[in-house]
Amino acid sequence: METIMVYIHVPFCVKKCLYCDFLSAPADEKSQSLYVDALIREMERKYNKLKDRRVKTIFIGGGTPSSLSEENLSKLLSAVRDVLKPDCETEYTMECNPGTLSESKLKTAKKYGVNRLSIGLQSMDNDELKLLGRIHSAEEFEENYLLARECGFDNINIDLISSLPGQNKEAFMNSLRKAIAMSPEHISVYSLIVEEGTEFYDRYHDDVLKRDRGEKTLFLPDEDTEYETGVALREYLKSAGYNRYEISNYALDGRECTHNKGYWQRKDYLGLGLGAASFIDKTRYKNEVNIKEYIKINGDNVIDNLPLCDEPYFEKTELSAMEEMEETMFLGLRMTEGVNLLDFKEKFGVDMKNVYHSQTEELVMNGLAEIEDGCFRLTDRGFDLGNYAFGMFLFD
Amino acid sequence: MSIDQSKIRNFCIIAHIDHGKSTLADRIIEKTGTLTDREMQSQVLDNMDLERERGITIKSQAVRIIYKAKDGEEYIFNLIDTPGHVDFNYEVSRSLAACDGAILVVDAAQGVEAQTLANVYLALDHDLDVMPVINKIDLPSAMPDEVAKEIEDVIGIEASDAPRISAKTGINIDEVLEQIVAKIPAPVGDKNKPLQALIFDALYDAYRGVIVFVRIKEGTLKAGMRIKMMATGAEEEVVEVGYFGAGRFIPCDELSAGMVGYFTASIKEVSKTRVGDTVTDTARPCDKPLPGYKKVNPMVYCGIYPADSAKYGDLRDALEKLQINDASLQYEPETSLALGFGFRCGFLGLLHLEIIQERLEREFALDLVTTAPGVVYHIYKTDGTMIELTNPSNLPDPSEIDYMEEPIVSAEIMVTSDFVGAIMTLCQERRGVYKSMEYIEETRALLKYDLPLNEIIYDFFDALKSRSRGYASFDYELKGYEKSDLVKLDILINREQIDALSFIVFKESAYERGRRMCERLKEEIPRHLFEIPIQAAVGGKIIARETVRAMRKDVLAKCYGGDISRKKKLLEKQKEGKKRMRQVGNVEIPQEAFMSVLKLDEE
Repeated sequence: METIMVYIHVPFCVKKCLYCDFLSAPADEKSQSLYVDALIREMERKYNKLKDRRVKTIFIGGGTPSSLSEENLSKLLSAVRDVLKPDCETEYTMECNPGTLSESKLKTAKKYGVNRLSIGLQSMDNDELKLLGRIHSAEEFEENYLLARECGFDNINIDLISSLPGQNKEAFMNSLRKAIAMSPEHISVYSLIVEEGTEFYDRYHDDVLKRDRGEKTLFLPDEDTEYETGVALREYLKSAGYNRYEISNYALDGRECTHNKGYWQRKDYLGLGLGAASFIDKTRYKNEVNIKEYIKINGDNVIDNLPLCDEPYFEKTELSAMEEMEETMFLGLRMTEGVNLLDFKEKFGVDMKNVYHSQTEELVMNGLAEIEDGCFRLTDRGFDLGNYAFGMFLFD
Repeated sequence: MSIDQSKIRNFCIIAHIDHGKSTLADRIIEKTGTLTDREMQSQVLDNMDLERERGITIKSQAVRIIYKAKDGEEYIFNLIDTPGHVDFNYEVSRSLAACDGAILVVDAAQGVEAQTLANVYLALDHDLDVMPVINKIDLPSAMPDEVAKEIEDVIGIEASDAPRISAKTGINIDEVLEQIVAKIPAPVGDKNKPLQALIFDALYDAYRGVIVFVRIKEGTLKAGMRIKMMATGAEEEVVEVGYFGAGRFIPCDELSAGMVGYFTASIKEVSKTRVGDTVTDTARPCDKPLPGYKKVNPMVYCGIYPADSAKYGDLRDALEKLQINDASLQYEPETSLALGFGFRCGFLGLLHLEIIQERLEREFALDLVTTAPGVVYHIYKTDGTMIELTNPSNLPDPSEIDYMEEPIVSAEIMVTSDFVGAIMTLCQERRGVYKSMEYIEETRALLKYDLPLNEIIYDFFDALKSRSRGYASFDYELKGYEKSDLVKLDILINREQIDALSFIVFKESAYERGRRMCERLKEEIPRHLFEIPIQAAVGGKIIARETVRAMRKDVLAKCYGGDISRKKKLLEKQKEGKKRMRQVGNVEIPQEAFMSVLKLDEE
């Protein structure tokens, strides 16, 4: 039976963080409720058209899904249970943020089948948390985390952000050690990206430009610090038993995130909710990004006679074979296992090394990539210079 | 229908930049109903997008207007618009040759400026009657009476009855029109004499060939006539004659002495038409050509290369087309190790260079790499010969050089007295030699300096504006060549000399320029997987060095909830940046880097 992964977007949070450019904002309960209703209708309607596929993973992300009221959360989770029918085989993750969790919410999640939590911690340093505009302290995280364990969650991810303004290697490693001391099964470390339109952009964009040129920065860690932090981070996690399986993701044996990996392996997924991305049958879709419009499109009087691919979307791109090749490379290379050369040949009918001859030569020659066990993959240095490597695989 | 010569007025409008020349032209056209409202677009005569955007006139344009004067008679006005910038003096000169009079527009708040003077002198050189108009009287700071007096004192032309107008709001435009009738002389010339017509502009049309703009001095030009261009010797049969509507060509039966118009003759070869040439009747030629006007030589040179080397032929065609109505643009093929095949092009000044560059990019959709502009140096060799050096790469070995000369200009700078000190300092820094200073009025001075041209071609104008808070105006003309202590500064990137980055510099400034150039390039060149030394050298000796550090970390790790398209867009943007690079050895150099020398003085 064919499978599908499902992503569900909850675009609400208690307070927008200063670095955040995801589709997310605070909203009153009434609006949240209207949104959840529309989201459920979208789920019923769209999954109905994919019924022959078994749901392999579910990922409820945001925003902060755990910031939904008890009532809205139950409504959403029970609908997910009824429509998508997850079982104990299904990897079912919900994102949550410290400061929005309660025992009853955790129990609700557990009851409806959520079996993995992804906690947005970002830092274990209270000053850094304040700087990021987070609503919680390190202590609150610890409380929430232990509560989740008590409620029976045995698969937990912690998100951290590196390269924070003013953060040196030691400061980051302190956060990391404290987080690892909690023994999560999985940890993600993303370096801070200063995105346009955020408060951080106004504050630090000049610094980003300086760093790109290899110059001294005022607030952000310079490139050397970033590099050295990266080395310390991966060595420490390795010694602590966490395997790097993707550029930013580390897990204990058997605890890799199937859903996350599915994105890089280009598995099909159905994205539900505001601005959510889908990838089904070689076509990429993006949902409506305006919440009023989104609710209208998914109103209770929508006549449902369109095939899935013809429903209203904000963006829709059918991939050509060339685009599929590009993606196979720049997504596949994010994983430590890299791109399997036989799979490539089977899928496209040509050898990867023929299509990307000069690129693979150059990367291998410069020590950014290697070919081992029939796979083309990046080395540690290749991961450090990921942008450079990925960009090479786009066609002109 | 025969047109009464006494009812024709051929004139142009001259002004300092920003004094409102194009706006007045618009008002005149509007008042005389030449255009319907729908056709009326601000600054009708500034045809090119570029002109509208920058608010300057680059090319001459002409339009015929019918005006019913208060004396009850109908007059034909041929208004020929002229550029205002110092770089385009040659264009002004061309337009003036087609006119009998000129309207001088002076800003009521700014008064007489350096270019006002320069343009008036040009007009007087062409024996034109100059009729002053005081514009912008609607401004709170307008001082029309003082400005009228200034015109009389400084320029020496009667200005007490000069119309006080606002071209913007339309005040007193009628008076301008009446004075055109009264003060601009009607053309002279005999329509029955042998044809003698001056080519004052031309443009290329894909369907009709070259369209030639002429002022008929004597005789008559008709379709079907066989004509001869006296300088090139080309003979053609006239296909169509006509005059200028606003933005349109309107055919008519004939153009007779005193008239301004155009003709076409299926001329495909651009080189047959030369602006300034005299057109005559093959069957009944005139005895001698008109004086034309002096040919101007380019003062600034730079290399222009197609970003995509496959576009070399397109670039050559584009330059050829631009040269039709811009005789001062010169080009010849050259080759660079770093940039491949391109052209060494000559311009009248830096603005001219920028305009050509932008026109090539916009009108011909070419992506260009331009090297740093330089002037023409005279190199006297030990064997007694002299070469005119337009490309620094061609500088002979120092052992073969006896001495070098560089071009010097006489510059006139008009500035309010508060900034005299600042401007004198600036001129000093640019190796200027003080000549004189006179106060035109209590608060304004006219400074005269001799300056090396290579010190002013880059950013002198900007520096002048910023140090005088915008109050200084500037004009210059070539004075001659003077001996100077010059060296060639070479740039090495990753130990390889980049020919396109070499430039000639005053010896004493070499160290400073070299240092800044290295700093600039360090900012422009993206980091690579390896370290890249950037060095400046004079005669093989390294005088400055910077290093582009190797790239250690560059990741884009964030996952936007499976939004792969967004990720790809970021990678594409990064790649787009790479496309604008030139691969030299194993280093990728952004195209902008080749213009770095221009920005050396920016902080």
